Amino acid sequence: MNKIWLIVQREFLNRVQKKSFLVATILLPLIFPALMAVLVYVAVEQKKNAKKEVILYIDESSYFKPDTAKFLFSPFTGSLEEGKKAFEASENFGLLYIPTFELAAPQGIKLFTKINPSPNDISDLEKVIANQVRDLKMIELHVDPEVLNKLKTVVNIESVKLSEGGQEKSSDSKVLFGVGMAGGILMYMFIFIYGAQIMQGIIEEKMSKVVEVIVSSVRPFQLMMGKIVGLASVGLLQFLIWIVLISTLSTVVLGFFGLQSPSQDMMQMNEQAQQVAAQGGTLALLNTLSQIPWTYVIVCFIFYFIGGYLLYGALFAAVGSAVDSPAEAQQFMFPITIPMLISYFGLFTFILEDPHGTISVWLSVIPLTSPIAMMGRIGFGVPDWQLALSMILLAGGFVLTTWFAARIYRVGILMHGTKVSYKVLAKWFLQKG
Amino acid sequence: MNALAARGVTKRYANHTALNQVDITVPEKTIYGLLGPNGAGKTTLIRIINQIINADEGEITLFGERLKPEHIGVIGYLPEERGLYKKLKVGEQLIYFARLKGLNQHDAMAKIKVWLDKFEIKDWWNKKVEDLSKGMAQKVQFISTVMHEPRLIILDEPFSGFDPVNAQLITDEILELKKKGSTIIFSTHRMETVEDLCDHIALINKSKQILEGTKKQVKAQYKSNTFSVSHKGTFSFSDPAFEVIEQRPVEDNFHQSTVKIRSTAGPNQLIQELTKVTEVHAFIEKVPTMSEIFITLVKGESHE
Repeated sequence: MNKIWLIVQREFLNRVQKKSFLVATILLPLIFPALMAVLVYVAVEQKKNAKKEVILYIDESSYFKPDTAKFLFSPFTGSLEEGKKAFEASENFGLLYIPTFELAAPQGIKLFTKINPSPNDISDLEKVIANQVRDLKMIELHVDPEVLNKLKTVVNIESVKLSEGGQEKSSDSKVLFGVGMAGGILMYMFIFIYGAQIMQGIIEEKMSKVVEVIVSSVRPFQLMMGKIVGLASVGLLQFLIWIVLISTLSTVVLGFFGLQSPSQDMMQMNEQAQQVAAQGGTLALLNTLSQIPWTYVIVCFIFYFIGGYLLYGALFAAVGSAVDSPAEAQQFMFPITIPMLISYFGLFTFILEDPHGTISVWLSVIPLTSPIAMMGRIGFGVPDWQLALSMILLAGGFVLTTWFAARIYRVGILMHGTKVSYKVLAKWFLQKG
Repeated sequence: MNALAARGVTKRYANHTALNQVDITVPEKTIYGLLGPNGAGKTTLIRIINQIINADEGEITLFGERLKPEHIGVIGYLPEERGLYKKLKVGEQLIYFARLKGLNQHDAMAKIKVWLDKFEIKDWWNKKVEDLSKGMAQKVQFISTVMHEPRLIILDEPFSGFDPVNAQLITDEILELKKKGSTIIFSTHRMETVEDLCDHIALINKSKQILEGTKKQVKAQYKSNTFSVSHKGTFSFSDPAFEVIEQRPVEDNFHQSTVKIRSTAGPNQLIQELTKVTEVHAFIEKVPTMSEIFITLVKGESHE
């Protein structure tokens, strides 16, 4: 035990004393918000200054009323052929051709463009026309335009989560989506980066041939665990520093934007009511952010980071011990990357879309996928029994992979120049000490 | 007391037996040569002694006690596949190794300083290993093997990759360590080393121990009762107890002969016989070199 501790210390100091650690730890939390701020700024500026694309239109039906929300429409009188020529000579975005059509079945509407239009552009145009056709149909059915206007309503559902104590918590699912996504991606990155470092460290020990010197003083298992735990503590330290830096920075940044963003919105919205609504939106965002149980989320993150990292770290260690160079390691990465990728894609396709669906629950319970999957779900609230089951299985999972990895490791580290295949690994695994 | 005794040590792998009922006995304060061709099982035996792997059968005792984890601290092991952490500084590295061997920070520091002083490399403390030359790294590697004053030192092919200057330096240190009471096990196939340094030897071939004893005993066992004689003129024996195997002229009228005793007669009788037939200028018993014994045994086995 004492020796594992010595190895943990050594590995920890080795990494922490490196300049690259200092740079990554201090600069990353600065770079990310800075990058985000720049992107947001650019996006806002672009939206403010964006010139709307111009679409020429030939309306033979005389039903079309230009709607300038997204595009500017300029009418063209003449035949379609003439229109095409005029369009080709112009800088316009597109040429919309509306032939005469039956209201019951509008057909033959075409959009000519020089570049492929995005699906969004098409569906926006479709909506504009569909709305107008619907209005026309209403009029044909003798519905008062006044009534029509009254029919238009904007609905905003504010979702409120009732917790067990009966307390009301407003929860903005978009914010929770963001939190889940960030947590999942962060977990994915952490496991991969630190797992790969274990593997690299072990390959280095094999390549520099220091490993047999070490295992004459400590058990191979002690060396492996020391390395895994040492790097885990580096990862945790880095994570904690990030939390402190990011929360300090975001308090500052949010404070700044919290005052700033409504006034920016004001430029685009002139109605008093909308300004209030916008301010409400910002407040709601801050409100949701402040109501997320951060301590709970962070504690869970730390647990799943340690569990997931140990689980995968052991597998990375096994791979590192089996090969003589990083290039050779590639062939054994498959069993590690597949569950990682499944959890990563599961995060986007299932978990964030439907955090309480069957697949999401399973993904967050099975040990190989749970670290990433659970981070995606955690903000949405996970039943205690699922969380407990998932944690117990994760702990069991890493005991299992560590046992498995140790059996390969103890043989692998002493092998040089052997051609290793999965069959050879199986043989090592079954070999007696 | 024996520094090390192995009895019936066996290690099997899926496709082959690495060690088959191997016995060796290493008396304390001796230099013991563990010989054998590549793949004979020497490294496996050494790894078992170092508790890197476990034997399937057999028993090993170290200084009279059954092998146990604490013994790691009394052994200094220089493996054949050896190296250092390239990014670590010499001082840090040696302290780390010493502490893994069970020394505390303070003792480790003191002992390492003594060795660095001895090799006059004190100012390397803060140098990274990757900045050292190969010869310099070898010295550091040797220090890391012996700094914790191990009672048993195991050197696997210690001179492979060492330049002659360092090899000599290390030979001197090994002899001094022996004088101070350490027991040294050499695993090697460099026969000059064995000839020069070893008191005891064992030969392992094809997973089995096929020869063990003091160098003298082994040589006595394999001597062929032949003698080399320098003499004036030519001669032949009338007595069938003696036989001239080879006779060739050297210069002037001097000749060099190889003579074999074919009976229980001793060297004195041979000299008496020789003086009757020729003028003897030099007379020496032909003792087989370790290299000859090694080749005879290993080749003989593979011909079976």
